[in-house]
Amino acid sequence: MTPAEAAEKRDLRARRLLLLPAVALILAFGVVPLFIILIYSFLEPGAYGGVKWEFSTDAYVQFLFERDLFDDTLTFTTSYLEIYWRSLSLAVITTVLSLLIGFPCAYVIATKPPTQRNIWLFLITIPFWTNLLIRTYAMLLIVRDQGIVNGFLMGIGVIDQPIVMLYTDFAVGLGLIYSYLPFMVLPIYASLEKLDFRLVEAGFDLYADRRKVLRRIVVPLAMPGIVAGSILVFIPSLGAFITPVLLGGGTELMIGNMIQLQFGSSRNWPFGSAAALILMSTVLIALTIYVRNASRIRAGQS
Amino acid sequence: MSARARSFDLKHQTGFKTATYLCFFVLYAPILVLIFFSFNESRSVTIWTQFSLDWYAQALDNKGIQRATVTSLQVALTATIFSTVFATMSALATTRVRYFPGMTAAYATINMPLMVPEIVTAVATLTFFSLLKTQFGIHFGLGNLIIAHTVFCVPFAYMPIRARLEDMDLTLEHAAADLYATPWRVFRRVTFPRMIPGIVAGAMLAFIVSLDDVIITLLVAGPGETTLPLFILGQIRRGVTPEVNAISTILLVVSISFVTLFFLVGRRGKKNG
Repeated sequence: MTPAEAAEKRDLRARRLLLLPAVALILAFGVVPLFIILIYSFLEPGAYGGVKWEFSTDAYVQFLFERDLFDDTLTFTTSYLEIYWRSLSLAVITTVLSLLIGFPCAYVIATKPPTQRNIWLFLITIPFWTNLLIRTYAMLLIVRDQGIVNGFLMGIGVIDQPIVMLYTDFAVGLGLIYSYLPFMVLPIYASLEKLDFRLVEAGFDLYADRRKVLRRIVVPLAMPGIVAGSILVFIPSLGAFITPVLLGGGTELMIGNMIQLQFGSSRNWPFGSAAALILMSTVLIALTIYVRNASRIRAGQS
Repeated sequence: MSARARSFDLKHQTGFKTATYLCFFVLYAPILVLIFFSFNESRSVTIWTQFSLDWYAQALDNKGIQRATVTSLQVALTATIFSTVFATMSALATTRVRYFPGMTAAYATINMPLMVPEIVTAVATLTFFSLLKTQFGIHFGLGNLIIAHTVFCVPFAYMPIRARLEDMDLTLEHAAADLYATPWRVFRRVTFPRMIPGIVAGAMLAFIVSLDDVIITLLVAGPGETTLPLFILGQIRRGVTPEVNAISTILLVVSISFVTLFFLVGRRGKKNG
């Protein structure tokens, strides 16, 4: 072995040793627990939480069917599907609306003079790093019956009775947009910042109007940011927990709350584990679509 | 060139300004309302009567809040130290190098906590710790919570440190080595001092991410391990009070100051680059 080869080997060993603590920690306390809930999802629930070590697929069956207590027959039930469906549709609506207001915002910031951009971006990032619970609580102050909106409207005499917004899908949707909007703006900004405005100029020279320039030049070039932003909003919205707890009350459950309930008062850990894995599979599907799209877009651009 | 042609703005799009205002309004109006009413004298969180700091005095005097603050700081500081050290080591191992076998796997593992929905991580961690306790009798007390926090803090600390290292070329290190510095001395005197802005930024991110966490803490924390966000959640469930507004505003200001510092450190780091 030449000295150079030996040095390279030493370097490689050093790098692996440096990685060891972080990788071992995350494997032991991040990845192993996921395999444990996979095992748990095929076991029977214990009487006081936890599990009985007997194989069972009940947790997955329960997602679609209800088992009769007396004669063990299965009847199709939609109650869990409805929660799943509500979460999915709320997450999609949140993503679309965030895109509709987030895209123009990113565009306006990206077209500001470079010295001002950082300040605007900073203002978008602040909510991103502040406590989600407190931000959601602040939204609660706005939408509740005695909240600022109803107080104002009743004060000026437009309405006599407060408009009920809290504990509705509207409040949850609004809360989700408000929570995750920065995740949409930041990646779109990153794509738009690199946009070459000579292309836009060329579009105008060829008699395109403003909307056409936007649709045919700006949006396609911002596509990687749009896809990334949509994924970043969709994933946390789908698994949202705090927003539906505070703004949806006990009635407008989302899948995140349902999972937590199984580990809390419902004491059905296998079912909770199965629901968690179903949520994670949905997220993985979304991520796969993202990765595919990203590589296609890259291939198309090069 | 005619005046009309000169005033033609390439970048203008109708309605985009309105959407931008809407964006900032949605993001900031609730926070500003919260801060505003925390200084309200009356119990009402809707009708303004008079400026007062009473609710802050009451919040700071509250034993529950004091205990929760201590727990929060214990968890956040310990998790920050461990995650920043581990993230720094990982960043050193994965930057400024040709591809080596296992690098992609290591990179994916470090970022894994960002991919999994938080509620899934929360229930999985809860299950794991309860299994350790019931089957093997292993229980770390507050350590459980600290371990859980360290896991999700690592990727947050890792990102800025890695970014900083990637901006540093190896010229200075090579120069030092040419002058017969040992590898350890090169690290201590050249690499490490230049990494500091990235490390500080990473540690600050880890700290606020840990301080703000609700979901994982809610499921993993044992009795008596109430952190500040858990305390606030409990209070909100019991009803909206100005005291909650006051303590929320304090926590909000702490987060915002940290982000601002992070922003400033990042800019200085870039200038000195």
